[in-house]
Amino acid sequence: MTIVWGIVGMLVGVIIAAQLVWPALNTHLEYFTFGRLRPLHTNAVIFAFGGSALFATSYYIVQRTSQARLFGGPLVGFTFWGWQLVIVLAAVSLPLGMTMGKEYAELEWPIAILIALVWVAYALVFFGTILKRKVQHIYVANWFFGAFIIVIAVLHIVNNMSMPVTLFKSYSMYPGTMDAMIQWWYGHNAVGFFLTAAFLGMMYYFVPKQAGRPIYSYRLSVVHFWALVSLYMWAGPHHLHYTALPDWVQSLGMVFSLILLAPSWGGMINGIMTLSGAWHKLRTDPILRFLIVALSFYGLATFEGPMMSIKTVNALSHYTDWTIGHVHGGALGWVAMISIGSLYALIPALWGKERMYSIKAIEWHFWLSTIGTVMYIVSMWISGVMQGLMWRAVNPDGTLTYNFVETLVQMYPYYFLRFVGGAIFFLGMFIMVWNVWKTIAGTKAVTHAVPQTAH
Amino acid sequence: MNEHDMSTFWHWWVVVLTLANIAGIYWLILWTSKKRPGEAAEGAETGHSWDGLTEYNNPLPRWWLWMFYITILFALVYLVLYPGLGRYAGILGWHSGNELNLADSQYIREQQRAEERYQPIFAAMADRDISSLARDFDALTTGRRLYLNYCATCHGSDARGASGFPNLANGIWQWGGSAEEIRHSIVHGRQAAMPGLAAALGDEGVEQVAHYVLQLSGRDDANSALASEGESKYNMFCSGCHGAEGKGMAMLGAPDLTANTWLYGGSLGAIKKTIAEGRAGVMPAFGELLGEERAHVLSAYVYSLDRQ
Repeated sequence: MTIVWGIVGMLVGVIIAAQLVWPALNTHLEYFTFGRLRPLHTNAVIFAFGGSALFATSYYIVQRTSQARLFGGPLVGFTFWGWQLVIVLAAVSLPLGMTMGKEYAELEWPIAILIALVWVAYALVFFGTILKRKVQHIYVANWFFGAFIIVIAVLHIVNNMSMPVTLFKSYSMYPGTMDAMIQWWYGHNAVGFFLTAAFLGMMYYFVPKQAGRPIYSYRLSVVHFWALVSLYMWAGPHHLHYTALPDWVQSLGMVFSLILLAPSWGGMINGIMTLSGAWHKLRTDPILRFLIVALSFYGLATFEGPMMSIKTVNALSHYTDWTIGHVHGGALGWVAMISIGSLYALIPALWGKERMYSIKAIEWHFWLSTIGTVMYIVSMWISGVMQGLMWRAVNPDGTLTYNFVETLVQMYPYYFLRFVGGAIFFLGMFIMVWNVWKTIAGTKAVTHAVPQTAH
Repeated sequence: MNEHDMSTFWHWWVVVLTLANIAGIYWLILWTSKKRPGEAAEGAETGHSWDGLTEYNNPLPRWWLWMFYITILFALVYLVLYPGLGRYAGILGWHSGNELNLADSQYIREQQRAEERYQPIFAAMADRDISSLARDFDALTTGRRLYLNYCATCHGSDARGASGFPNLANGIWQWGGSAEEIRHSIVHGRQAAMPGLAAALGDEGVEQVAHYVLQLSGRDDANSALASEGESKYNMFCSGCHGAEGKGMAMLGAPDLTANTWLYGGSLGAIKKTIAEGRAGVMPAFGELLGEERAHVLSAYVYSLDRQ
């Protein structure tokens, strides 16, 4: 389902990118306008594609590294079907215009409650399995998954507190500025725990596994884990610089975002340095290349993030395409590529195959993804910085040099490039579908070694 | 919300949590860097293994540690200089100017600086009358920039309007085209009120009046039989504002119906809709936003549009 939702989410992404270049594609039907498809795109790629990938890999990893079957029996099935139901309901309700109006938390209250139930079941299954483990220590990947599960539960429940008016409409419980702050406390930690911590968990299993090398540094894991989870909690206010939010909150959001740089990079260092002594494998193994390039994009995005949280930089970058570029550096470069790499490693193992059907196809997919991501983020950087500079340019008489339409005209070529970059990335997903199909349908099965007992 | 409103409890809550988190991170670094008896040698494996995965006991990379320390130091210095720790205002005394507390804020200072720099330019222009400004290249350049930022959204970059938004360049002025009338439209806004006449006229009456209106504007698609039926109804319901000859009345914003220029479309269907349902065009007031002087310069630009 991860791959299916990946295709759906990215297809909607490519459509809305095209709508920005050719506005006529919005059509006269409200269901297909940018405003309704955009939340569908974000929900589909984050929660459907990303979420399914996380359920799959976390269940696999927690079993392998705890040497225990999943706890909870029917609860496991409930988390799968419940999550799929959430996704289908989202895909129906968002184009119909039902929304809470909170970014990344658009889904109306009945769906939000279903999410909460699925999430509690997920926590029971995951932590139940950890408790059953036959190994003394808990593996680092599971720290990250655990933090992700707990924090997302808290964030989701607090941010969705609202007063239902009808079955399809509710209003947030919090007033004005406080609502905005809670929304971005949720919003940024959704990035921090859903899209960062959880995918680091994925990375901590598949990178050493694929490289066949030990994790670079246990100490680094400890420091960067605790620093990451505690510091991320403060970073939300940087989404609300120069707003009605009190100065002291904005300052705290900024300084903690900056301190976050080192802990974020801790994960990248630990992943990439795990390869020391096995660098040559990058030449022959496109799966490993996926994982390592994902870590590089992760490093790039987590350097860019703290820089953009500095108030003077933010004054230029806020509300521009730069933010969109930053997000997609993380979303395409990190989240999607680490997931794709992990799936290429996971799928043969799950279906008892020695390897993916075609290594050549993975190679192609790798290059399409990398080129697509680079085209996307570079075009958004250029257009974002240009936008920011044009918006603030002032004539000697104090009037604005460019009106809004003039800035928009300049964006066209970059919007087109972004569309092409996204489409190239999307194309790679079809190669993946074919390859996965061939792998699962193929006949040569091998038995995988059962995890050995730890000492 | 203003930082000085914060209660003592919340003040200390913020201060303690903030400093405890930063101190905790620092302690964490020291604690993990320490050698413990019985642990694996540096660079060797820790001895744990999961599903065949092991880990080295490597030290924290030094360059990375320095980066970490620098960001922590930056944070502490920033929190001494700027507001951040609850009620503490920071030794620079800087604040952005949220709501209640505007005095000496960055917002006010930037406003004052801009006012000092730009006010003389506009003051000089505001002293001259609009018709002379409308022949001054510099004034028109500035006026055009104001137009593009404040007016073009509705009236279009070329000032030719759109459905519901008047064309400013064709010499037809709903509210009058004198310098003073244009200035009034910009500063105070306008509210037009065409009442819906469906109840008074009935479907048939609407059709007849629409044909009479078409005839007034000299259109050959007017049905003269229907139009003559419509004439008496026009005189009863419409002539009060649009005048007996259909020339309109600028004071009320009642358009001239003989000009064959239609704010809401000139098809028979659109005209019938206007008659039946009425229209309520709104031009917002820009006086408060722009100030008198900028509005004056902008008026000159709009005034110049149909006189080029």
